[in-house]
Amino acid sequence: MSNDELQALPLVKSLAAAQGAAGAITEGVQQFGELTLICNPAQIVAVAYHLKTKENFERLVSITAVDWYPMEPRYEVVYHFHSIKTNRRLRIKCKVSSEAAGMESTPAVDSLCEVYRAADWFEREIFDLFGITFRNHPNLKRILMPDDWEGHPLRKDYPVHGYKYSYQNE
Amino acid sequence: MSEPTTLVDVPAAASGRRTMTLNMGPQHPSTHGVLRILLELDGEIIHKADADIGFLHTGIEKQCETRNWAQVVPLTDRVDYLANLSNNLVYCLGVEKMLGIEVPLKAQWLRVLLCELTRINSHSVWLGTHAIDLGAMSVFFYCFREREDILRIFEMFSGQRMMTSYIRIGGLALEPPRGWHQMVSKFIKAYKDKVDEYENLLTGNPIFVDRVKGVGYLSLEDLLDLGATGPMIRAAGLAWDIRKDEPYSSYEKFDFNVPVEQESDVFARYKVRIAEMRESAKIIQQALDSMPEGDWTAKAPHVILPDREQMKTQMESLIYHFKIVTEGFRVPKGEVYQAVEAPRGEIGYYIVSDGTTKPYRLHMRTPSFANLMTLGPMLQDRLIADSIAALGSMDFVLGDTDR
Repeated sequence: MSNDELQALPLVKSLAAAQGAAGAITEGVQQFGELTLICNPAQIVAVAYHLKTKENFERLVSITAVDWYPMEPRYEVVYHFHSIKTNRRLRIKCKVSSEAAGMESTPAVDSLCEVYRAADWFEREIFDLFGITFRNHPNLKRILMPDDWEGHPLRKDYPVHGYKYSYQNE
Repeated sequence: MSEPTTLVDVPAAASGRRTMTLNMGPQHPSTHGVLRILLELDGEIIHKADADIGFLHTGIEKQCETRNWAQVVPLTDRVDYLANLSNNLVYCLGVEKMLGIEVPLKAQWLRVLLCELTRINSHSVWLGTHAIDLGAMSVFFYCFREREDILRIFEMFSGQRMMTSYIRIGGLALEPPRGWHQMVSKFIKAYKDKVDEYENLLTGNPIFVDRVKGVGYLSLEDLLDLGATGPMIRAAGLAWDIRKDEPYSSYEKFDFNVPVEQESDVFARYKVRIAEMRESAKIIQQALDSMPEGDWTAKAPHVILPDREQMKTQMESLIYHFKIVTEGFRVPKGEVYQAVEAPRGEIGYYIVSDGTTKPYRLHMRTPSFANLMTLGPMLQDRLIADSIAALGSMDFVLGDTDR
C-alpha cells in the first residue's frame, strides 16, 4: 500500500487528527482481505484510546508477538481490535528492537491495561514467553511458565527441547 | 443465621479488618482441571480473587513452529479437548485463506455439522459438571449419555473419539463412512426430547434456581472490556455471534437464531447455552437434509495427498505425494487472523508464514483464556459459596487456557 493510499483511509485520517496519535501510523498492508497498520510504539496507547472511544473498537481481541530473530527490529507486538458495532477487524503492529530502551535492558512497550482491561493477561503472556516488558502494567509477572523459569520459550533462539533437559549437552 | 444484606457495603481492608487468604485448587474438583485461585476472604465475602494459571502449559505454540503445515492439525486438537473440531476448523480456514483454496460444498456442510455436534458435546459436558458442582448429580448421567452418542459418531467418522483431527487443510481427512447419515439422523431426532429432560431437571428446580439466579453478575461493558466472548456476552444482552456476523464455512446458508438473555447472571448463561443446544440441533438437521453431493477435498494436488490408486498409475501424483510427505507444501508469505465461534466463544488463530513449509508463528487466542480474565471482577465482593456457581458459568477448559 502506497503512502497516499494509506493516508486516504478513513481510519488513518481520523487517527491523524486525534490527540497524541498524529503521525503514529507509518505503514499499511492490505493482504488476504485484512488491514494491518504499523504504528509507532511510543504512541500505541493514544492510538488504542482513540480506537476505543471514537472508532467503536470496543474489543481488544488479542495481543501477541512475533520474533524475527536475527533481523532488526527483532520483535513485532501485534494487536487485534474488533468493532462489533461496525463489524470490522483491525490489526496494529509495533516494531520493537531488542535494544529498545526499557527496564533491565529488555525491549519495552507501553501497556494498554488502562485502555482495555483485557490487555492484562495477554501482556503478561508476552512478557513470559518473549521477554518484552510492558511499561505501567499493574502486575507484570510470568503467567504460563513457573515463576523461577529462566529464559523466554517463544523466542526463536530458545531451543524447542529447552535448556535443562537437552540431550545434546550430555 | 444473619444474611449480609448489601454485599458491597461490607468494608474489607479499609476498616483494617484482618482478611484470610484461602488457596483454592489447583486440585479443587469444581475448577475442572488445574486452576489455582487465591481468595482473599473477609469472613464469607471474597475481598479479592486472583487466578493462577499455567499448570497445563505444554508449549503447543512453540511445537507448531517445528512441524510442517499439515502436521499442525493434530496439535490443534489438543488445545481445547472438548472443542477439537472447532480448533481444527479455525486453523484450516486460516491456512486455506492464505493458500487461496476453495473447499467443496460437501466438505463445508460436513464441517458445519461436525462443529455443531462439537458444540452439543461441549455444552453437555459443561451442563453435567456445572450441575454436579451445584449438587444435582443425575443431570451429569443424562448429559454424558448423549455425549457418548456424539463421541461414537466422531469415532465412526475419524476412528478417534476425542482427538479426531478430521478437518484437514483443503477438506476432510477421510471419506464420510457408510451409514453416517442414519446414525446422525437417529441421534438428532431423539435429541430435542433430551434437552427437554435436562430442562425438566433444572430450569424449574427451586434448589438450582436459588443458587444461580442473580449470581455472578457482570455488566456488558465490563465483559467486553475484559475480553469475554461467546455465551457470556450473549447472556448479557448482546446478540453477537461470529457465525452470523462474519460467516465462514457457509454458515450464512443455515437458518438459526442467536439466543440472547439480558440478566448476565449464571442463570442467564445457563439459559443461553441450553438454547444453543437446541439451535445446534436445528443446524445439524438442516445440514443433513440439504447435504450436497460431491468431493470431500478441494482440487489442490500440491496440498492434498493424492488418491492411492492415482499414485500408483500417474507420475504427477507420485511426485506430489513424495513432495508433500517429505517436505510439505509451501504457504505464501503473509499473515492471517481467522476467528470462529467455538462453544466457549471466539477462537482466533493468528498465523504468520514466511513462505516456507512450516508456520513461522501461530498464536492461539483461546476463549477460555480471555473469559477467565473476568474471574477477578466477577468474584469480588461476593459470597464464597457463589464462587462455585460463577466459575461453572464461565465454562473454561484449562487445556484451552494454558495451551
